[in-house]
Amino acid sequence: MERHVGNDRWTWTAIFLHWVIATLIIAGFALGEYMGDLAVSPMKLKLYSYHKWLGVTVFALTIIRLAWRAFHAPPLFPAGMPSWERLAAKAAHALLYALIFMIPLAGWLGSSAHGFQTVYLGVIPIPDLLAKNKELSDILEEIHEQLNHALLLIVIAHIGAAMKHHFIDKDDILRRMMGIKGQQK
Amino acid sequence: MKKLVALVLTTLIFIPGALFSAPVVKDKSSIGFAARQMGVPVAGSFKRFDADVRFDPKDAGKGSASITIYMDEVDAGSDDGTIEIKRKPWFDVKGHPKAEFVSTSLKELGPGRYEVAGKMTIKGRTRGVVAPVTVKKEGGLWLFEGAFAINRLDFSIGEGPWANTGTVDDKVEVRFRFLLPATDKK
Repeated sequence: MERHVGNDRWTWTAIFLHWVIATLIIAGFALGEYMGDLAVSPMKLKLYSYHKWLGVTVFALTIIRLAWRAFHAPPLFPAGMPSWERLAAKAAHALLYALIFMIPLAGWLGSSAHGFQTVYLGVIPIPDLLAKNKELSDILEEIHEQLNHALLLIVIAHIGAAMKHHFIDKDDILRRMMGIKGQQK
Repeated sequence: MKKLVALVLTTLIFIPGALFSAPVVKDKSSIGFAARQMGVPVAGSFKRFDADVRFDPKDAGKGSASITIYMDEVDAGSDDGTIEIKRKPWFDVKGHPKAEFVSTSLKELGPGRYEVAGKMTIKGRTRGVVAPVTVKKEGGLWLFEGAFAINRLDFSIGEGPWANTGTVDDKVEVRFRFLLPATDKK
């Protein structure tokens, strides 16, 4: 595989996927927080479906994103970035990817265990891996929620780090994810 | 003695026009339904019902069925769903604790295949329904199986905001399976 050396920004595909997935995650998270305690109503059924469709979309786009990343190396860290920061960034990114993968999986499995198949966009049925099982559905729902709390913390750290790079270090970490050609101020 | 019993039984079974009629074997019989919400199939069932079926394979036209369903023991497939479906907009089980089916005709379509027509009453609304039924012997019992579709809104099942079929489909499939002791005779 060709390894790009010294590339200073992300590909447009990577940038597009980053922001689309980020937007969908925020929407899915907000829906998830809101819909749980609603009384049963047509609106609640709709929101649950939209939430699941968002999750399936995020999962599919993340697979595409990782495949793209495997063939298009990410830009290098800015010169002079301390090694502990590089390590922290790598760890945080790995955790983000892992959570973005596991959260929809836990949601889908939980839904199956609850007795509800996921039908993407109301049209494409996704097979149930698990049969209906009350205890298991409660456990999976709890895992789904706790993983989301973990995701929230790491996303806050992710945004905080991007802000620190932009406003304090004044490097081009944020600009290069916005497609603005990186040039040091 | 054995011969006599056999003779009596044979006579009973082969008397022209003899009807086999009995309450169905409850733990082997079932009435289920399948609905769809947001494209997602949801299966439910009625846990308690009485069903009397009269059937004579030699004279199908005399067959009949009468079924009473106790709506409070409905299972909508999930805890939330089961609570919701008993409420007033759906089955209103307090106001209408029973649903009923009474057959009006049974037609033979082919070997082991019949068509039953009858009146279905749910939530106080009565509508005509027609269902194909297959009948076969299974382990010394008659097995009656069939399915038919109803439009829930014909029975005002799902009123108010639930009447919008964009969330829960109008069409609901009802599946039944009744086992009847083949030797029982009235």
